[in-house]
Amino acid sequence: MSTTVTGTDQPRAPGTVMGTRLRRKEDPALLSGEALFVHDLVVPGALHLSFVRSPSAHARVTALDLSAAQAMPGVVAVFGGADLMSEWAAPMPCAWPVTSDMKNPPHYPLATDEVRYVGDAVAVVVAETEAQAQDAASAVAVGYDALPAVVDLEDAASDRVLVHSALGTNRSYIWELAPDAEAVERAFAEAAHVVSERYVQQRLIPAAIEPRGVCVVPQPFGGEYTVYSATQIPHILRTMLGISLGIPEARLRVVAPAVGGGFGSKLNVYAEELICVALARRLRRPVRWSEGRSENSQATIHGRGQIQHIELAADAAGRLKAVRVRLLADMGAYLQLVTPGIPLLGAFLYHGVYDVPAYSFSCVSVFTNKTPTDAYRGAGRPEATYAIERAMDALARKLGLDPAEVRRRNFIPADKFPYPSAPGLVFDSGNYAAGLEKALGLADYEGLRGEQARRRGAGSTRHLGIGLSSYVEMCGLAPSRVLASLNYSAGGWEAATVRVLPTAKVQVVTGTSPHGQGHVTSWSMIVADKLGISPDDVEVLHSDTAVSPFGLDTYGSRSLSVGGTAVYLAAERVLEKARLIAAHQLEAAPEDLEYEGGAFKVRGSPHKSVPLGVIAFEAFTAHDLPEGVEPTLEASVSWDPPNFTFPFGTHVAVVDVDGETGRVELVRYVAVDDCGNQVNPLIVEGQVHGGIAQGVAQALWEEAAYDPEGNLLTTTLADYLVPAATELPSFVLGRTVTPSPTNPMGVKGVGEAGTIAATPAVVNAVVDALSHLGVRGIEMPVTPERVWRALSDATQETQEKGEPR
Amino acid sequence: MIPAMFDYQRASSVEEAVGLLSEHGDGAKLLAGGHSLLPIMKLRLAVPSLLVDVGRLTELSYVRDAGDHVAIGALTRHHDLETSAVARAEVPVLAHVAGQVGDPQVRHRGTIGGSIAHGDPASDLPAAVLALGGTLVVQGPGGRREIPATEFFRSFLETALAPDEMLTEIRVPKSPGGWSFQKFNRRAQDWAIVGVVAVADGSPRVALISMGSTPLRATAVEEAMAGGATPAEAAARAAEGLDPPSDLNASAEFRRHLVTVLVRRALEEAAAGHEGQ
Repeated sequence: MSTTVTGTDQPRAPGTVMGTRLRRKEDPALLSGEALFVHDLVVPGALHLSFVRSPSAHARVTALDLSAAQAMPGVVAVFGGADLMSEWAAPMPCAWPVTSDMKNPPHYPLATDEVRYVGDAVAVVVAETEAQAQDAASAVAVGYDALPAVVDLEDAASDRVLVHSALGTNRSYIWELAPDAEAVERAFAEAAHVVSERYVQQRLIPAAIEPRGVCVVPQPFGGEYTVYSATQIPHILRTMLGISLGIPEARLRVVAPAVGGGFGSKLNVYAEELICVALARRLRRPVRWSEGRSENSQATIHGRGQIQHIELAADAAGRLKAVRVRLLADMGAYLQLVTPGIPLLGAFLYHGVYDVPAYSFSCVSVFTNKTPTDAYRGAGRPEATYAIERAMDALARKLGLDPAEVRRRNFIPADKFPYPSAPGLVFDSGNYAAGLEKALGLADYEGLRGEQARRRGAGSTRHLGIGLSSYVEMCGLAPSRVLASLNYSAGGWEAATVRVLPTAKVQVVTGTSPHGQGHVTSWSMIVADKLGISPDDVEVLHSDTAVSPFGLDTYGSRSLSVGGTAVYLAAERVLEKARLIAAHQLEAAPEDLEYEGGAFKVRGSPHKSVPLGVIAFEAFTAHDLPEGVEPTLEASVSWDPPNFTFPFGTHVAVVDVDGETGRVELVRYVAVDDCGNQVNPLIVEGQVHGGIAQGVAQALWEEAAYDPEGNLLTTTLADYLVPAATELPSFVLGRTVTPSPTNPMGVKGVGEAGTIAATPAVVNAVVDALSHLGVRGIEMPVTPERVWRALSDATQETQEKGEPR
Repeated sequence: MIPAMFDYQRASSVEEAVGLLSEHGDGAKLLAGGHSLLPIMKLRLAVPSLLVDVGRLTELSYVRDAGDHVAIGALTRHHDLETSAVARAEVPVLAHVAGQVGDPQVRHRGTIGGSIAHGDPASDLPAAVLALGGTLVVQGPGGRREIPATEFFRSFLETALAPDEMLTEIRVPKSPGGWSFQKFNRRAQDWAIVGVVAVADGSPRVALISMGSTPLRATAVEEAMAGGATPAEAAARAAEGLDPPSDLNASAEFRRHLVTVLVRRALEEAAAGHEGQ
């Protein structure tokens, strides 16, 4: 690999910046503590909020006595749900009514007569300091009359206990996708082999390093509000705040300052955001709130939460003929911004990287007395990948085939792209076999299988397991027309402006909203590459609706392929305008000019040239512009992608399982990812590293655990096991490059790939390690106790059958 | 995540600290490294009215060779114990265990005295001192007294320390021979799900972590070993009479199983003459 370089002030030739390992421009401010997060903002006179939250998963609120809290030192006001009802112009927004008959019970920022999950807010204290607000919150007296709670998904589906009694059911929607149901039935009837598996996707807590925070500064006389929020979506938030609060959108400015990660959890419109704006309006003073870590575990959305049934129909050679999937998806107590749509982001991908002619999918979603679910890194695609990749290993075992071989037999061939999939997508480009073979080579797959056989032969209790995961995902949310067909309430385009200032420095305005991804560096590189200048001469403005009025923000690995493309096209358009001015100055025809090294040159007369800086100054003074050319050198583009992009790859996990204690150690991890052309491989690798860690975490450590009464048990980071570097090996990364034909840079997206691929790779490895002992499956997270029990159960089964395997 | 209101006083001597404890009674708590106390205060599970900060009593930070035993000041940070030449030579197991507590931040702030006085059955150092047959020196308004480690841990987070007493020194007999520390957890930074400290100077002594409401000596195992059992035979008795907790990481049943595996490994490793790490 090439070496890492820092920025230099030297102009670069066009086309030489892309693909280099430039260090992130964002990092000095972040690493030095200079970057300001919401909690760091100094706002004189701001009042602090603290929320009173339900300790009960389901209860009728019988009494609310605010008087003791109101009398506490520093308390300015205390409100219950009923006190604030007049503030809301609309209920909390859900932007994705996936079916016309979807049940979406009204949901307001504070509960009034009933609480439906532990953490549901019933009152808010406003005080002069944060400590005073928290002290007073514990003095609010709430009377609860306990109601039965429903926690388990299958129990919820039975409607034995109702979360929202007025609905008469816990089912929010049933969504089906069966382009040719008959073909599916036929394939299963004719199949030589059928695999039928049930998997549980446990709930996860996104656990961004910065919990949420909101600060609202009103201008009471002007009627304007500046909203600082630790959000991924300042633009969407502004629109939704306007709708929910009845404030003209133009009077709302939303700023996402430095944001410490989101993983989808900050892709939402939260009660606390609405309440902060409402109280700033009501009290005519700045209002702020910083979420605590334990509060975050209950009041910020969770991810995953599904029971998956997947069936594969295969012929005698193990070639897939159909995939049939039934999901039961946990919505939690209410529908948040895109809660209902999350399972459906995977609905088209349960056949994975395999050429499958017949496909059906259905999803039943249910309410439970738990924190609402919503987007979490991968959102739907990790779940789909997990199911198909676990099931492919089950198929391999059934056929006595190597897991790599069963994959090879089923990959969509490289010459079939663009590939129209049975569920109805068109995969843009791919070469799945190449990724698999490269990953197997890097992992020394044959050597590992040899070592595994040696250990088994020697009767070792240290079991070696090798797990594969070949994945494809869907990035670049999204073609607006496709979103329309899925009933999504917004489009999927992205906006960008590129302007060359009089001093030849460049400003880029983007509608994406980075919170750790490195957009400032990557967008600088795109523009520098195009304009032949140094990335250091490019500034990127973002995450402030006053600076960047249009955008659809950052999630779903959309930013580069949609937002980056808009930046690329805007830079191209700037060059087109610059060419007209240059042609005028050089007294040449525009088409006779070539752009090289930051200057236009007359083809064949290299001494006749004019640098971009001179053109920019000319555009600024406007002293001598060609006829019909407006002053300033600036272009804005809104880009609506024609299709999704489909990154892919193969990951290999190697685990060492202690058969006596059940401890699983991840000893080696190889990832070969193909995200198309790479702008900055260093950033790609960082995304892959973090993604793998998060995917491994679902496999081995993390679970939002509830007791049967609906109490969340994992409310601190001592109980919710986010892994550290000590738990993970150094990753071995490789890549293949298959450009996407859907955008001019040929990029795809890589923000979620690691998370999508890693979980099934690790669980497949654990099952592989123990398969010779009769273990066929194990639930996540794979705890030592679960391994121990799986081994005990398998041993017992073997003994009952009276035959060693 | 803000603690309830409390008063704060920094003590400039052990006498002053003990005086403040006597004066304020149950509501006063000693603050040393703060790694046990502050988190539970932030969760408002502990609401002391007064914190007596003893963190700057540097005269209580030492590891000394005291002839037949090693004397460790109560305010010795885990990192200092881990890297102490005296500890590494004379009680290598204790130096090693100190290096396995929490993460580097915890080890640079947390103190051995704080860890032992907190009396958490999931903590590493109390079990190590118990296995070594250590003695705890405490000071109260009436003067000093010495409490054997075997009598110190009374019940969950409860020790023989009176509310107006302060732990000042930990004494452990020199034990340069075989030893083992088996810490079983899911993440390196976590408390042990089950932990075993074995010391094999003479007949093995074994202490258990997270197997009951206090750090425990595995008496059935020690008796079996004294009676000539093999490590495997002795380890099979490791859970005898114990009532381990069930939590998110492990059921009581799994802990009973784990402890037999870990005790066997510990006895084997200690017998083999652990060379340290």
